[in-house]
Amino acid sequence: MPSIVDKILARAAGKPQVSVGAYITCQVDLAMVHDSSGPRRLGPKLAELKRGLFDPDKLVIITDHFVPAKDDASKVIQKITSDFAKQHKIRYFYPEAGICHVVLPQKGLVRPGMFIVGGDSHSTTAGAFGCYSFGIGATDMAGVAATGEIWLKVPQTRAVELRGKLQERVYAKDIILALCGEHGMDMAEYQALEYLGAGVQSISMQERMTLCNMSAELGAQAGIIAPDAVTLEWLSQFAPECTPAIDISALASDEASHSGPSYQIDLDALKPQVAAPHSPANSAPLTEHEKQMFNVAYIGACTGAKLDDLRAAAQILSGRKIAGSMQLLVAPASKRDQEAATEEGILEIFEDAGARFLPAACGMCAGYGADRLGADDICISSTARNFKGRMGDPGSQVWLASPATVAASAITGYLSDPRLFI
Amino acid sequence: MRLFGRVWILGDDINTDLLAPGQYMRLPSAELAAHCLEAIRPDFAHNVQNGDMILAERGFGIGSSREQAAEALVALGIRAVIAKSFGGIFQRNAFNLGLMCLACPTLETSQLKEGEQAELDTQSGILHVAAQRFHCEVLPDFLVCMIANGGLIPHLMQGKVKDITR
Repeated sequence: MPSIVDKILARAAGKPQVSVGAYITCQVDLAMVHDSSGPRRLGPKLAELKRGLFDPDKLVIITDHFVPAKDDASKVIQKITSDFAKQHKIRYFYPEAGICHVVLPQKGLVRPGMFIVGGDSHSTTAGAFGCYSFGIGATDMAGVAATGEIWLKVPQTRAVELRGKLQERVYAKDIILALCGEHGMDMAEYQALEYLGAGVQSISMQERMTLCNMSAELGAQAGIIAPDAVTLEWLSQFAPECTPAIDISALASDEASHSGPSYQIDLDALKPQVAAPHSPANSAPLTEHEKQMFNVAYIGACTGAKLDDLRAAAQILSGRKIAGSMQLLVAPASKRDQEAATEEGILEIFEDAGARFLPAACGMCAGYGADRLGADDICISSTARNFKGRMGDPGSQVWLASPATVAASAITGYLSDPRLFI
Repeated sequence: MRLFGRVWILGDDINTDLLAPGQYMRLPSAELAAHCLEAIRPDFAHNVQNGDMILAERGFGIGSSREQAAEALVALGIRAVIAKSFGGIFQRNAFNLGLMCLACPTLETSQLKEGEQAELDTQSGILHVAAQRFHCEVLPDFLVCMIANGGLIPHLMQGKVKDITR
């Protein structure tokens, strides 16, 4: 019996069915690149191939890594990117609109059942909408750009059952960190993870995006969530023209369609988590690291600064000030979320608390830009990875947590439980 | 393919931020390669020789999809990476650039010395390092062919345009 993954892959491969472990070639519905993985890398490879784009309307370009351009090299990369978009008549080119994984669905380009590739490891994010979406490198992307096709080995669809319901001040980030801590970063062995169960139904679209996004940290090729009423509600707002055509029940995994190990997590009992340097696999309940001191708090990234993330942090920060020893930096995940947060008064709460804003882009999370951690910095961050040196100097230390835990810790200056800030 | 080379021994979780550090990502690949692994092995980029192989533990290449992680190793002359397990995107990237990467779940690097000679037979999956012998994964023919051709771009240029798995 086919899982949601098998159904999407079979359709994309033009086959009646697929079997786990088989090598297949799929037609890509949508490909996305950013300014780092995109035109500057694709252009020379397409020239070498002497090929154009298979379909310029299926290649989305979003700039987020080297923006705002801090130096001449970054400016050259932006110029190459916009020239490429012009030359190839790219219809969906979004410069400086925010982080690609958040912008893509907000532009109404993601529909349940799509087969999507992205030039970034967190391209798994679109799985939240019931897509099979995964990250690839630049040469793979050049192959896709030229032919519209890509090979893959049909993965197992492993079930991750979320039992119960998330408690107050506990979030999708805590779910993923708990899984990283318990099973390690190779939990999924490059297979697909399907999140299911009552716990999934109770969380918002953007929280689902966080789950699928950080499936990359669990070693999955893709994370996926079957579309439901929450998905349709999102689509009616962001892609209103497509909703009547979608038969979500046909996409759902059939009985007994999962294979490989399965995983369960009890959300009723889940506590806020924190990942110690230098790996998301160093995750544990934050009570295990009492009074860990910080001097920087960072609320940013596709996995930690969407509107829902900003709301969660603002609930904690409202009417409070950050500690004198702390810097709080906030980089909203998209311009659209930034505008919505402004309208809701959330950005004012951050400002009153003493936060400094950074542009809506990858910012410090990717470590490509002007803002970087110094050798002595100890940072609590809402981002996805805390590898040595990723966000700055190799001497810097990064702890990962939910935006609410980051906000709570910004107030005290040390690791703090957001459940205590009511 | 049969590959011979001197080995470097690396540990767990050699991630793409270590292989291709973010702050150098705006540089051309040849310049970026000089910073490969500098946060943990500053001697690596200086002393690596053409034809060397890397033997590593779990999770080699986890993290970002940046192809420069594999490209830096190719630029430095690395011919093969054998690890207990790989980040999936990295392994694809390596194949696409003609770099042989084989998973070897039973690899025990603690018994091996850096600088020893290794021999890898990709058809049988057998790796010899000094007196030790290990069984690596065996790749499907289309991937071995693509790697032998130098990666995806040369492979596509040879006319393998449609459905390369066939």
